[in-house]
Amino acid sequence: MKWTRRDLLKGLGGLPILGAVWWAGAASTVGKRKERTAILEQLNITPSLPTAVPGISGDPIRIGIIGFGIRGEQLCRSLGFATKEWIADMELEVQENPNNKGLEDFLKQEKLNVQLAGVCDIFDVRAEKALNSFSTSENKIKRYATYKEMIHSGDIDAIIIATPDHWHAPMAIEALNNNIHVYIEKPMTHTIAETYHLRDAAHKSKAVLAVGHQHRQTLSFRTAKDIVDKGTLGHVSLIQTNTNRNSDNGAWNYEIHEKANEQTIDWAQFLGTAPEIPFNKNHFFRWRKWWAYGSGLSGDLLTHDYDRLNCVLNMGIPESVMASGGVYTHNDGRNVPDVLQVNMEFPNFNTGSSQQPGKERGMTFCYSATLGNGFSRPTILMGHDATMELGNRLTIWPDGGSTRYMEMLESEKMNPRVPIYQYDPASNSPDAVSSATSQYFADKGLMWTYIDGKRVDATFLHMREWLSVIANGGTVSCGIKEGFEEAIAAHMAGLSWKLGRRIEWDPELQIIKPIEGIDLDEVLLSNEMVTADFIMVS
Amino acid sequence: MNQNQNKVTVVVTLLRVLIGWHFLYEGILKMYNPDWTSYGYLASAQGPLKSVFTALANDSSIAWVDTLNMAALVIVGITLILGVFERIGAIVGVGLLAMYYLSHPPFPGLTQLNVEGNYWFVNKNLIELVALLVVYYIPTGQRFGLGAFRKQKLAKTDVS
Repeated sequence: MKWTRRDLLKGLGGLPILGAVWWAGAASTVGKRKERTAILEQLNITPSLPTAVPGISGDPIRIGIIGFGIRGEQLCRSLGFATKEWIADMELEVQENPNNKGLEDFLKQEKLNVQLAGVCDIFDVRAEKALNSFSTSENKIKRYATYKEMIHSGDIDAIIIATPDHWHAPMAIEALNNNIHVYIEKPMTHTIAETYHLRDAAHKSKAVLAVGHQHRQTLSFRTAKDIVDKGTLGHVSLIQTNTNRNSDNGAWNYEIHEKANEQTIDWAQFLGTAPEIPFNKNHFFRWRKWWAYGSGLSGDLLTHDYDRLNCVLNMGIPESVMASGGVYTHNDGRNVPDVLQVNMEFPNFNTGSSQQPGKERGMTFCYSATLGNGFSRPTILMGHDATMELGNRLTIWPDGGSTRYMEMLESEKMNPRVPIYQYDPASNSPDAVSSATSQYFADKGLMWTYIDGKRVDATFLHMREWLSVIANGGTVSCGIKEGFEEAIAAHMAGLSWKLGRRIEWDPELQIIKPIEGIDLDEVLLSNEMVTADFIMVS
Repeated sequence: MNQNQNKVTVVVTLLRVLIGWHFLYEGILKMYNPDWTSYGYLASAQGPLKSVFTALANDSSIAWVDTLNMAALVIVGITLILGVFERIGAIVGVGLLAMYYLSHPPFPGLTQLNVEGNYWFVNKNLIELVALLVVYYIPTGQRFGLGAFRKQKLAKTDVS
């Protein structure tokens, strides 16, 4: 059999096409991978793995929860205790949306060596809810009428404080003085003086204090720290963080319980040191809206963003703070602002420089918040060499004017529009988040983190760390030093907004610089507007 | 063979090679990129068969799904370009495209993820699928491709 040239051409014509397509595909893929590897090798970033926490052995730690409201319930779930009502709600939720993993995650959560031993809530309905769900014949949970009774009972090793802000410090100090361990919600304190008293108490106490900034457990923040430490971003001159919410829940207008009345609520105990006013359900359930009990955006949400960055950069207390804003979106009787802009100055802070020494120094931390718009503005760290978007995901773009990456930009191995690094520990886990407010926290990495692609509640990790330090010693990632810095920064922001002027920190004396004729704590607590410019709403 | 038939054969041959090219290139990109996975594509599946596709994205099955998808793409590409066993290639290709179409169907009311253009029931996957049916029913491997040698071989055997 003889084949003509024509036959061969027709028979084998496909081969060169096959070869060409194969080569083109392989060359393009391998080439891109090589460039990526070159960039990654230059950046030398190591995604962080969770720190191993020593197990909590021995007798279970006996825990008392003070404040069993929204946050108190969440904290108990992180400890492994969910109310019957929550489980029923979640079962319904899962039927409607099978992607909702809340219940599944809770059931899979590692069991901690703790015993829920006591509850203290001044609203009968909430205290009874806890008893009804958690008190069993083997483990009777005791209800305490006051936090002091709980602390002095001898039946409690550690307390969790999830009360309004004005009760944080008094309870924590009382506990620490009696060597009872404390997990305290943010903001750590309500006044400047308390912040110092609590610091003294923590230093003197044998007990362990942890401040509830759970995002310190989030892996992306640990990786971000490595990125900044390696000079990937160059000198960071500006940080932008934001709060963007547009819902009643996000503006702290929580549900007022139908059974709330003077018989079911210990009103005098709620007020504590706050100005005496007649029983007011609005104030009780929506306390975050008044300076007398809460601190609005500066204490409630700025603190999250400040500490998120403080855990990455360790920048400490700002040298000065200027804030402005007002009650612009929820003119409903509140006196904390719902639109707030805070600029914190760190004139001597430096994250490293790729240019001549001395040229770059100083940074502004800019917090911008509104409770009247939910457009998601990311947290951005702006450096001379690169920009980093920081959340549960991390993304880094090289800057067009970078010194460090100049060569790679010129040879088009890098492009300012194309990220050079992305870290998404969740890339294997699509999830449904149930509400706008939870989405806000989730995007910021405040709700959970991912370990080996599995979603883990950040608060659970934070509490586990605290319990492990109680049992085994060591240090917590957010202790009194971090809490002190967070509280002072928040109080400076609140004061600046209230006084309409710059508030300065004296790093030598470790105090907020006094202003003649003004008692700063009195200003901070005051429900009255201090400057005339603001709409009088109280 | 009349002239019209001849033109049809040329056009179908071209169609066969181009579709083969497309499949092969997609397969090769995946073959040389160890980070590639169909996880996101499957996990974000839409439409009536959503549960089937999301089940494929399971930890235990995803590695198999990835390998099979990549191998099938390359095999379809090779058979169509070389013009040998092209009918088997065409059927495998139809199967793949049917799965791509059904996992993200362009039905009104469903979210369209990562698509360029706008579609209502008909998208490029569906069109390529039907084009592959043409390739299946009009075999051209003997006109252009290794199939030509198979024909010769068969003819020779017949003679002997």
